[in-house]
Amino acid sequence: MNEEFMGYQRPKGEVGIRNHIAIISSVVCVNHVVQQIAHKVKGAVAITHPLGCGQFGPDYSNTLNTLIGLGKNPNVFGTVVVGLGCENISSKLLAKNIKVSKKPVEFFDLQEVRGGSPAAIERGVKLGNRISEEARELNRETFDFSHIVLGLECGGSDSISGISANPALGIVSDRIVKLGGTSILPEFTEWIGTEHLLIERAIDKSVAEQIHELLSGFLENLRGLGINFLRVQPTPGNARGGLTTIEEKSLGTIAKAGKSRIQGLIQYTEKPKGKGLWLMIEPSLDVESMTGLAGVGANVIVMTTGRGSPCGNPVVPVIKLCGNPKTCDWMAENIDVDMSPIIKGEKSVEELAEVLWLRMKKVLNGEKTQAEKLGFNDIAIWRNTASPFQYMHCK
Amino acid sequence: MSTLKKKFIIMHFDDNCATALLDISKDTDLKIRELLIRLNQNIPMGHKFSLKDINKGDLIKKYGQTIGIATEDIKKGDWIHTHNLTSQYLMEVVKNE
Repeated sequence: MNEEFMGYQRPKGEVGIRNHIAIISSVVCVNHVVQQIAHKVKGAVAITHPLGCGQFGPDYSNTLNTLIGLGKNPNVFGTVVVGLGCENISSKLLAKNIKVSKKPVEFFDLQEVRGGSPAAIERGVKLGNRISEEARELNRETFDFSHIVLGLECGGSDSISGISANPALGIVSDRIVKLGGTSILPEFTEWIGTEHLLIERAIDKSVAEQIHELLSGFLENLRGLGINFLRVQPTPGNARGGLTTIEEKSLGTIAKAGKSRIQGLIQYTEKPKGKGLWLMIEPSLDVESMTGLAGVGANVIVMTTGRGSPCGNPVVPVIKLCGNPKTCDWMAENIDVDMSPIIKGEKSVEELAEVLWLRMKKVLNGEKTQAEKLGFNDIAIWRNTASPFQYMHCK
Repeated sequence: MSTLKKKFIIMHFDDNCATALLDISKDTDLKIRELLIRLNQNIPMGHKFSLKDINKGDLIKKYGQTIGIATEDIKKGDWIHTHNLTSQYLMEVVKNE
């Protein structure tokens, strides 16, 4: 069957499913300015975060490259970067790198504008409005699914997710891959105990070795630091939902990635090097992982939840699935697709995968997700601990 | 998914536990694989119960895969959770603490 969707063409060939104007803080100090600019510009989203200065090494580059990636994301038409003026991650540096995408980018620093925050807001609104007017002239066009980059997320999991919503999402992920698209599975700490299954699916020996080295290296690090990972995974909510061990949780987690071959591993700020299914090295907090997915170019994210989650992303629509009938009733406002007919024995996983597929196509074509309607706008960037602060302790 | 039933699901024929699809009360009799299993505790939705007697140290299987190791003897019909099942994969890490 010829599968198509209506999206926005970007200058370098990528395709967006939204046409956002991104107003980005280069540093925490201007978050209030950015939020107010975004509030006043039609089609704008605020990208704020608590970082941008005083960071070192990989921690610095993770923040820098994630913010660049969010500006370059295909769902963004154009960007206004706001800085303070004295920070390490300057608005100019971000704008210069986002501009590589050939999309409209403006930048300025608050300290350069006479009149402080109110004047900076006025300046940002003026720049944002100019881009917004341009954005409104762009219409959706027809594209095939090779332009889809799907992020596979789960949060607030229970053991119902692993037998309902997750395998249904796995079917959808495989379908995207078969249509020439891309799919990304983040959250590597939730692959522990399934290494043998992931390795079997690696496209070659080198990818298999990378998976092994990542997971065994992580366990080794924990051992070296004397950290008991069992106190972290599964989480208390996972356990109340019936998930007992990390192996059990991981088997549910990887079900989201279907049965496709694994093309390789990517870093938190690294774009997939080709189409197909990719694994992302990311430590497993939902908002951090969705920020990372958006930063490497995902244009749509599907998130399964068992116990319920309100999470979304300012740049990428997040479609929320839930297989737990109690949560589907209790948190209906946060759920896009009710997958509970699987557990009730009314429908098969395959039938619900089809329901998800149809809903996803509507979202690709512009229908808002619940998280978009409710305005979830948070960003969390993975703070890589390899910094000089790593071994500092209070005694 | 051929084993889908109303009250519980067994994910794979190798499994020695089943997952409750709704809250099931203690003393409920379930007919599973031609056997009658009486539940020894209340089993909340999403939680697991044992399909057979399992010895301490035996592996617990779900999805046809090992999900951990029994930390005590488990009777047929017992609730299986953190009190009698632990991750096998991370036991070495725990031991060092």
